[in-house]
Amino acid sequence: MDLNLTHEQELIVNMVRRFVREEILPLELNLDPDADEIDTEDKARLVEKTKSMGLYGLDIPPEYGGPEIDLVTRTLLAIEMSQHRAGLYAPCYGTFGGAGLAQLFEATDDQKERYLYPTLRGEKRGFFGLSEPSGGSDPARAIQTKAIQDGEDWIINGSKLWISGADKANFGLVFARTDRDKGRNGVTCFIVDTDTPGFHVRRVVHTLRSAHYATELQFTDMRIPSSNILGEVNKGFAIANDRLTRQRIPYAAGCIGVAIKANEMALEYVPQRETFGAPLSSRQAIQWMLVDNEIDIKQSMWITLEAAHKANQGLPFRKEAAMAKLVASEAGGRVVDRCMQMFGGLGVAKDLPFERWFREMRIRRIGEGPSEVQRHIIARELLGASLR
Amino acid sequence: MPAVRLTKPWLPLDAARPKLGGQLGVFQLADEDDQILYIGYAGGNSLFGLRSAVAEAASENPGATKVRVEITSAYLSRYRELLMVYKADFKQLPPNNADIKIGTLSPS
Repeated sequence: MDLNLTHEQELIVNMVRRFVREEILPLELNLDPDADEIDTEDKARLVEKTKSMGLYGLDIPPEYGGPEIDLVTRTLLAIEMSQHRAGLYAPCYGTFGGAGLAQLFEATDDQKERYLYPTLRGEKRGFFGLSEPSGGSDPARAIQTKAIQDGEDWIINGSKLWISGADKANFGLVFARTDRDKGRNGVTCFIVDTDTPGFHVRRVVHTLRSAHYATELQFTDMRIPSSNILGEVNKGFAIANDRLTRQRIPYAAGCIGVAIKANEMALEYVPQRETFGAPLSSRQAIQWMLVDNEIDIKQSMWITLEAAHKANQGLPFRKEAAMAKLVASEAGGRVVDRCMQMFGGLGVAKDLPFERWFREMRIRRIGEGPSEVQRHIIARELLGASLR
Repeated sequence: MPAVRLTKPWLPLDAARPKLGGQLGVFQLADEDDQILYIGYAGGNSLFGLRSAVAEAASENPGATKVRVEITSAYLSRYRELLMVYKADFKQLPPNNADIKIGTLSPS
């Protein structure tokens, strides 16, 4: 793997870095410290800018109108795009667009017409409904939502938990058990319209994130046509698993971006702040914190870029993606924690972004598979069948 | 399971205002008949948390005579939740809230 950025990568990275510093950071001065949205007018203005930069819809494949950007460059951009207060969960407030639910690129032509293209045009929104009250880390076995065939339709009953965006979505991917004896090979993915009778968003689930919430869903005798099965019957887990693996790389990149920004702020602060007649930067305790931050950031960066590089090459990258997610989320938490310590009281006040990053970074060790599951995945890859 | 609706008792607005603290949280303003007129929140930029946010909202809602508050650090998601619950109950937002884009909730 070449550790140097290409000239083109440098140009794009610098362009996004300038965008964050000149457009996003000034906006945040007037937003609530926990905000995850910007004004409609500001968003429209910035979307025009990202379009003119040729970087709108970063995750949309070129054949669907997205820019042609390889996964390593995409990872570098994700690192840049997260370097602001809301950057961990709302990088650049969505002004670079999104691909919606990537699984829909594998949908049938009819499904693409009804769900994918309207999503790409910004006319529809989707949600990803996998986790349930019975557990999220082992979805293959924890899924209890049942789908029973009735003629050309399926009747779905059950519930989902920790689902983002379902209250504002037009449709969602709902994973349900279609064969109770087959474990992970008995799960099917259904595309469910949220106006289907029997679909309910029962409650908001509040977490450490103030602005963004999860929801709890309930399905009561929800009738879904067979034409809304994504992929094949009993093959839904592969769809979910592929998404979980791919998602780990940008997830790691977001943690790295925030860690870089936090460390940058600390590096600016400690030479200015004096205690007992000397700047903080002259204290060995502070120097060692900065050293540990640098090591944490560099380790996370290279492990994540290696995962992106392997994925880019079409090589197996499950282990590398798990390592990236594990290392970056844990290291990011340590970096933010050290920076808060260096800033003292200011570090825990809402005046600065550290307290938000601290709360949100804590979630990163759990979301998209907790650290323990990542270690399990890595061990399974190392030991192979002997661990099963 | 936490209460979806705000169930704290209504307090007389004028008497309650000086006693409110500077914490972050959400609040509702109502008229004499307990009809909710406005749902608001005290966020991280508020000068004195609930006390200043309620005072500001009261000045913009002259018909309000009652208030109830809930202290929470998840003020933004709770605020949106209260708006969604109100909309689920009354098919519209409270009369004095600006029309903003919120999700759809069907609480049991």
